[in-house]
Amino acid sequence: MNVTRRTFLIHSASIASATAMLTFAPFVLADGWNRQAFTDKVLNDAMKDAGYDNAVKSTDILLKTQDIAENGAVVPIEATSNIPGTTSLAIFIDNNPNPLIAEFSFMNGAEPFIVTRVKMAKTSLVRIAVKAGGKTYFTGKSVKVTSGGCGG
Amino acid sequence: MSMNRREFLQMLAAASAAGLALDSPAALSRNDARSFYDVPTFGNVSLLHMTDCHAQLLPVYFREPSINIGLNDSWNRPPHLVGEYLLKTFDIPAHTRDAYAFTCLDFSHAAKIYGKTGGFAHLATLVKQLRASRPGALLLDGGDTWQGSATSLWTQGQDMVDASKLLGVDVMTGHWEFTYGADRVQQIVNHDFKGTIDFVAQNISTNDFGDPVFPAYVIRQINGIPVAIIGQAFPYTPIANPRHFTPDWTFGIHEDHLQKIVDEVRGKGAQAVVLLSHNGMDVDLKLAARVHGIDAILGGHTHDGVPVPSIIQNSGGKTLVTNAGSNGKFLGVLDFDVRNGKVMDFRYKLLPIFANLIAPDPAMSALIDKVRAPYATKLGEILATTEETLYRRGNFNGSFDQLILDALMESKDAEVAFSPGFRWGTSLLPGEHITLEHLMDQTAITYPQTTLTEMTGARIKAIMEDVCDNLFNPDPYKQQGGDMVRVGGIHYTCDLRQTIGGRIQDMTLNGKPVDPNKTYKVAGWAPVAEGASGEPIWDVLAKYLRDKKVIRPRPLNQPKLLGVQGNHGICPSTSKTSL
Repeated sequence: MNVTRRTFLIHSASIASATAMLTFAPFVLADGWNRQAFTDKVLNDAMKDAGYDNAVKSTDILLKTQDIAENGAVVPIEATSNIPGTTSLAIFIDNNPNPLIAEFSFMNGAEPFIVTRVKMAKTSLVRIAVKAGGKTYFTGKSVKVTSGGCGG
Repeated sequence: MSMNRREFLQMLAAASAAGLALDSPAALSRNDARSFYDVPTFGNVSLLHMTDCHAQLLPVYFREPSINIGLNDSWNRPPHLVGEYLLKTFDIPAHTRDAYAFTCLDFSHAAKIYGKTGGFAHLATLVKQLRASRPGALLLDGGDTWQGSATSLWTQGQDMVDASKLLGVDVMTGHWEFTYGADRVQQIVNHDFKGTIDFVAQNISTNDFGDPVFPAYVIRQINGIPVAIIGQAFPYTPIANPRHFTPDWTFGIHEDHLQKIVDEVRGKGAQAVVLLSHNGMDVDLKLAARVHGIDAILGGHTHDGVPVPSIIQNSGGKTLVTNAGSNGKFLGVLDFDVRNGKVMDFRYKLLPIFANLIAPDPAMSALIDKVRAPYATKLGEILATTEETLYRRGNFNGSFDQLILDALMESKDAEVAFSPGFRWGTSLLPGEHITLEHLMDQTAITYPQTTLTEMTGARIKAIMEDVCDNLFNPDPYKQQGGDMVRVGGIHYTCDLRQTIGGRIQDMTLNGKPVDPNKTYKVAGWAPVAEGASGEPIWDVLAKYLRDKKVIRPRPLNQPKLLGVQGNHGICPSTSKTSL
């Protein structure tokens, strides 16, 4: 069978979303998500309620995103933690209405690497916070959101 | 007799003092021209660099800015030097050809003496002459080639594509090219350019899987030496221009990927590595300090005619950063001495192209005539006559922008108008007819719709703050390389010591403060959102000009600037701004 990468990935994506539904469903039923942290409106509250307060700055967390967002509705975020024993990684956006965007857990030594898209209405620091070995770390990068036009 | 350029300039000065008409055939004989462009050869690898010609096939007038402010790390550093400051920094004598080419000083007077600049037929002759003395030299085009004129718009860039091929462009990257849409770009790159021009861009990939859209680089042999040319397209194309033209592509700067590519071409044996960049000079200067292994960044986008390269230190050594102006005015000549597998030394010259010093190339002239023939009558329509110099380039309103704003406000019955701070657009001298072609030089884009929008004072301020930050953000990677949005109706102060939200102050309309809660009628054009349907800007302007017939000098609505005392990006002798 000769499946091109694009076709193969499209197939995998539909399988993945089916899998994801199965995985997330029990969480929703069990109300296992941190409702308080995800609905907090202020960064410090969200970081505290999600257990990332007192995070120290680390260069072992790599964050790739756009300097100026091409489309605030879908800003790509790619993050990796090179801190040994990373068990979770969370995305915070200071100026979003709810600063905690997502939290990912890594079990049994899974590689702490994520790629996703986030929505941003205005310029903000994007933070990646990490829990590892009972400690918390973060890195940040400013992403500019502009109304566009007038270039060049 | 062989004269070097300095001697030639001295001769010209003497001729001028003796009262000879400089444009007379005697003073401008071919032999003199040959001397002016007789750049001593050096080394064994030569690159010719053009950029941002904005589809100007014929020679034009182009006034360099009187305001080009640099802040923070760019304060009083190239390219943020204008007028006398630029002359002094680069040791260019005043009242010379070079002073005319590189600055706005005494523009309308000097333009009458030294004439028009650029033109593809003149450029073609110069390229041939330089190639004859520099075997194997490559011609690199930094982009913004297919947009900026009536004929390029009406032929979807075909006139420039054909002219570029005839000129012998070897490698190209892009920006405004993408405003013809992804399909048109692919069609040209895959068919017209196939086997002739390599279109390279390391920083464009597909939105879905991040696959590269174009080759990142090309390695060419020059005199047996492998030379890598890496492409860097304008990183903010989908932001500064409508995203819907390239909906499936993502751009950006991508330092990490660039470093990988540099390492890759070095690994493949490239002995000289050049980035053909459309980042803009401030972005290039930052990039040069953070990526290593690039010998030179040949840059464009910000339209800075910088006579001397900036030499930037980084972890791997040094990188040259150049910017080669716009509108076909200049051709950069970079000569490398490559020995023992690396660049040992260089020479760089940014040659102004004086149309009256160079004989036009017959083949290129014929092509240009052919391209223009179907449109000649339309292009030549005289709409009005100007009594003042009309120009656009500069951080704030130029006189042609002011004309556009006044026309928009009058025809749309608007209290306020916005016009984009584009850096292209040719200049006219006092007494010249304004033809439809001149008008199209200022407006020829694929999203020309005019708009009339009700906006609150707060919204107007937010837009002005947003664009101002694109120009003056302390981080060059957060700048987009255009100038400040041109504002009609509203007077304001711009405090450059502040950050976004605090720069635009004291906004008034007809002497009254702008009320953040009140709604105002705002006219504009060039909307980035899809689906706009307003009358094209050129129709609005043509009507206005035909009606006025004579364009008299009008006050420029430039802001009062704070925080710029001692800034060498403001020309004291020609800037009309109040400080």
